[in-house]
Amino acid sequence: MIELSGIRKAFNQGRDNEYWALNGIDLTIPSQQVTAFFGPSGSGKTTLLTVVGCLARPTTGRVRLEDRDISGLPERFLTQIRRRTFGFVFQQFNLIRGLSAVENVMLPAYPLGGEWRPLKERAEFLLDSLHLSHRRAARVEWLSGGEQQRVAIARALINDPKVLVADEPTANLDTALAKGFLDILETLAAQGRTILLSSHDPLVIASSVVERVVKLRDGRIVEDD
Amino acid sequence: MRTWIEKQKYLIDFTLSSLARRKVKNLGLLLIYTGIVFLLASVMLFTHALRREAAKVLAGSPDVIVQRMVAGRHDLIPASYLGKIGAMRGVQKKEGRLWGYYYDPLRKANYTVMVPPAATAALVAPGRIAVGAAVARGLGLTVNAEMYFQSYSGKPFSSTVANTFSSESELVSADLVLMSEEDFRTLFDYPAGQYTDIALSVANPQELRNVAAKLAGRLPDSRTILREEVLRTYESIFNWREGIVLVLLSGAVLAFAIFALEKASGLSADEKREIGILKAIGWETGDVILMKFWEGALISLTAFLLGYTAAYLHVFRLSSVLFEPVLKGWSVLYPRFELVPEVDGFQIATLFFFTVFPYAMATIVPIWRAAITDPDSVMRG
Repeated sequence: MIELSGIRKAFNQGRDNEYWALNGIDLTIPSQQVTAFFGPSGSGKTTLLTVVGCLARPTTGRVRLEDRDISGLPERFLTQIRRRTFGFVFQQFNLIRGLSAVENVMLPAYPLGGEWRPLKERAEFLLDSLHLSHRRAARVEWLSGGEQQRVAIARALINDPKVLVADEPTANLDTALAKGFLDILETLAAQGRTILLSSHDPLVIASSVVERVVKLRDGRIVEDD
Repeated sequence: MRTWIEKQKYLIDFTLSSLARRKVKNLGLLLIYTGIVFLLASVMLFTHALRREAAKVLAGSPDVIVQRMVAGRHDLIPASYLGKIGAMRGVQKKEGRLWGYYYDPLRKANYTVMVPPAATAALVAPGRIAVGAAVARGLGLTVNAEMYFQSYSGKPFSSTVANTFSSESELVSADLVLMSEEDFRTLFDYPAGQYTDIALSVANPQELRNVAAKLAGRLPDSRTILREEVLRTYESIFNWREGIVLVLLSGAVLAFAIFALEKASGLSADEKREIGILKAIGWETGDVILMKFWEGALISLTAFLLGYTAAYLHVFRLSSVLFEPVLKGWSVLYPRFELVPEVDGFQIATLFFFTVFPYAMATIVPIWRAAITDPDSVMRG
């Protein structure tokens, strides 16, 4: 379970261009639920995901993960928590060009220093489960948008995280591919993973996979159902 | 420990693929880096080996040499001078030496012809000679072969090769021809009772200056040359020449420093993006710095090894073709000789410190700056 209380997040604090992306968020996110943050551009969805996913610290407020306050932890500990607990699927996929699909999938596990053979097998298993085994040796820049996203999903799952965080996952996909993504999401939800999405795509919000929609505007929660 | 090793393997693996992905940049860097190490190492290896050769040559030379001068030029010294020197405290032995150069117009080669000291005179009986390895090689001589000369009196002169010899220093023996006193005088039409110079052995090095001073008094028309003076002259010549080359190279080194700094410090947008991604997917700042450290280490170590090996081959296998005109080129050295490979650990360490260390330092700061960027920068695009 993730609890946020009084979360505020400022960028360029103390400068002329100071900007508050989050303006007092109080939220409890139960485990094994698919939650979507919905709102227009600039509403604070992505920033909220970065705070929840330990990619950034809040300027003020507390983040509790499984009853442990993690908002004040040094970066090193935060990274360890992020690596073990969260898997990320970025809007631009952020795969490393020049590396093959399977190499990209294996990357988050490198700092853990596990054995190579089981790691490779797991990466191949994940690609296979996402119907990408035939493209595992292809360099990622040669893959289509949908394939790249599935590689990004496999990469997010390599360390077997409890929580999957996806930022605007359908923004770069056509309707058919977006539906394909939602199918994958359904499978992952069925495996008992907690899933957090940010989106302004009505297709995602209307999907039966999404159990809870938190609407944001100007860094505040305006609706939660 | 096993986890740590596995992690390093992953980081090196990723580093190698990362280097391969930026082939042009990294190959260019490697090439220039290797070139600089090659140049510096060549100068160092060459001058060091030459110094050692010179030291070896001089180690066997007499403590004091007395040469008679006529109008400021070296002239033959009469045997009577041995008597003039007389008994002198500290001088163990005094002996007239016979040596000279013989130019072989057919081979266009210069040989150093010597009569061995009295103690080893038995090495070559009259009519027989001993030749150095390079002479034997050049003329295709084996034991019992005949070597032909044109004597200074115009008569042909031949000797049988009694043996050939090599030494640990080619400089010592390469062009040497040893013959008996009788043959030497015949070949060069050398006047009887005259020597090339007189060699003195002095047991106590402290006495050398006193001996030299006394000789100057007893033989006012002669000069004395101490071994240490010759050594010092050689040293200063080598140092001076090495200095010239290093000054010439300093421009190249400076250009490399600027180039390395620019290449190493100026992380491309692509590299910065990659660092952001790695951090976002769970790499720590330390992992990123370690990965980049491996990158710098692999480039600089490879360049160092390649450059040093190339320099070694250049100096000891290709006779330092690039530096010969500057660093060799005085009359006492032979047109061609091979240096004995000589590698000095301290020199390697110095070169390593001045090439690898600055590069590693130049890369660390910008990488550290990039690596501490917030991982959420990837999300914010």
